[in-house]
Amino acid sequence: MKKIIITDSSLRDGNHSVSHSIELSSIKKYCQAADNANIPIVEVGHGNGLGASSLLIGKASFSDHDMLKTARENLSNSKLGVHVIPGIATIEKDIKPAIDSGVDVFRIASHCTEASVTKSHIEFLSKKNIEVFGVLMMTALASPEELVQNALEMQDYGALSIIIMDSTGTYLPLDVEKRIKLLVDKLNIPVGFHAHNNLNYAVHNSVIAVQNGATYIDACIRGFGAGAGNAPIEILIPVLDKFGYTLDINFQKIIMEADNVLNYLVPKVPVSAPVNILTGLNKLFSGFEKPIINASKINKLEYSSLIFELGNRKLVAGQEDLILEIATNLKNNNE
Amino acid sequence: MIKAGIIGSGNIGTDLLLKLIKTDDIDPVIFAGRRSSSNGISIAKKKGINTTDKGINFFIENTNFCDIIYDCTNALDAKYHAEIFKTQGVKVIDLTPAKVGDLCVPVINSEIIKTKSNVNLITCGGQASTPLINAISKSCDLEYVEVVSQIASDSAGMATRLNIDNYIHTTEFAISQFTGCNNCKVILNLNPAIPQVDMQTTIFIKAKNINYSKLNKSVYKTIKRLKEYVPNYELTMPPTINNEVLVLSIKVRGTGDYLPEYAGNLDIINCAAIEITKNLL
Repeated sequence: MKKIIITDSSLRDGNHSVSHSIELSSIKKYCQAADNANIPIVEVGHGNGLGASSLLIGKASFSDHDMLKTARENLSNSKLGVHVIPGIATIEKDIKPAIDSGVDVFRIASHCTEASVTKSHIEFLSKKNIEVFGVLMMTALASPEELVQNALEMQDYGALSIIIMDSTGTYLPLDVEKRIKLLVDKLNIPVGFHAHNNLNYAVHNSVIAVQNGATYIDACIRGFGAGAGNAPIEILIPVLDKFGYTLDINFQKIIMEADNVLNYLVPKVPVSAPVNILTGLNKLFSGFEKPIINASKINKLEYSSLIFELGNRKLVAGQEDLILEIATNLKNNNE
Repeated sequence: MIKAGIIGSGNIGTDLLLKLIKTDDIDPVIFAGRRSSSNGISIAKKKGINTTDKGINFFIENTNFCDIIYDCTNALDAKYHAEIFKTQGVKVIDLTPAKVGDLCVPVINSEIIKTKSNVNLITCGGQASTPLINAISKSCDLEYVEVVSQIASDSAGMATRLNIDNYIHTTEFAISQFTGCNNCKVILNLNPAIPQVDMQTTIFIKAKNINYSKLNKSVYKTIKRLKEYVPNYELTMPPTINNEVLVLSIKVRGTGDYLPEYAGNLDIINCAAIEITKNLL
């Protein structure tokens, strides 16, 4: 049966849940484990990708160069992947050095309706014959038709695959089915899906994506990712196997590593806490969890009222700066 | 009275024309586009302004028709235009990211227009942030500067989108130049929300030896000065210390002359162009 290609985002999305502080020694250890288990792609870096270490989103403990170098030295079977958001990262400052660091797969991402900002970056990599995917983030904020239109643009630029991210953890299975089915039908390139677990549907939604034609699936060890986390790789692998899909991943190694990571990588297994349920329902970026809690505390607000207001304002990923300001205004209006 | 010409009859050029018509001392004597059917040209005609659809060729045929040219075309064409106007000895305010001339911001160095043949207006984020950072730099020792701007998707044309890296590099270069701080980072977010979001910029600063009272005073003084030429420039979060980081936010709404009010990012560039020109009076 069809082969499904897993991208392990633990060392990238997981960085959100520890404020971008994953140690180089942990990158080394986990890369060795993933490589031994034959994971196809291992994504590494700051939670928002290359060049995203900032006061806005959070300073990373280590430079992109050091994280990528460490990963590169410890991956031989697995490809090394990075997440790149134009508007944050540039070709000169970030992509070219990452090529020199030996990155195999570049995943160029934009907000779901803004694919045109990825044109120069995808074309640059495509012309160099470097593996490049297009990533649409925050996709619960667009209609299936808008997603198709933006995915087609990325396909035109030269993307070899399009990854649909449920960055907000909002989707129910039917939402995934509608979108993936339409995309698989309209695109000439493989489609992928990246789940978040806010409503406890990450594994279920990933299976639905595969059943509707998706080829690439993102997952993390113990679901280690922003907010409520992602699809746990140690659950997803056996479940997809039971459904009859081919993965070529050593499950025994992964399931034992899911225990080991508690000692060096995953300080707390993500759960869908009330704040995550609310951000999921209000279509807010999973990475906003910490700034929302912080801004609510500073302003002595209940985070539920801040989340409802942020949902109304339709913030996109990368707008952490407005959370505190909106919270302050909300408090002043309440007084 | 300064005789001014606009080349480029798109959104920026048309909005600038309507702003120039409202001024007392700058006379838009020619509005040059390349399509006689363009919306900008027909608006100019209705306002009784001289128009041409010959673009740069009009200025080649009519040398020294104006004292100053506003180039509202695109980076590629603006480079070619700059050479022509230079040989003619006509000053150019370049509103494209061509970066032929020196970077220019009204509150900081607008008098360079008196001596330079071509000045460049950087980017919207640059015009919105550098006056404040320049002022702040005089009350502390800057270690790191970060500027994050949000603009409405509908206000970001294809040129901006394809050159988003250029926006970042140019704005970072301007911040370094006007503050002496080489450690800086610029981020741009496009937000597609409807109704459209206003332009908003947040400045994060790490610094040593901050003189808070001097800093606050200079920030408010700079904003007062900015409001003289960008009426809807507003401080939305006053300088605040949060985890040893100085943060402040501003919002810019346009005056809605031709561009919609939310497009403060485009408006501020036009307002800067006019303000710089006043140095020639």
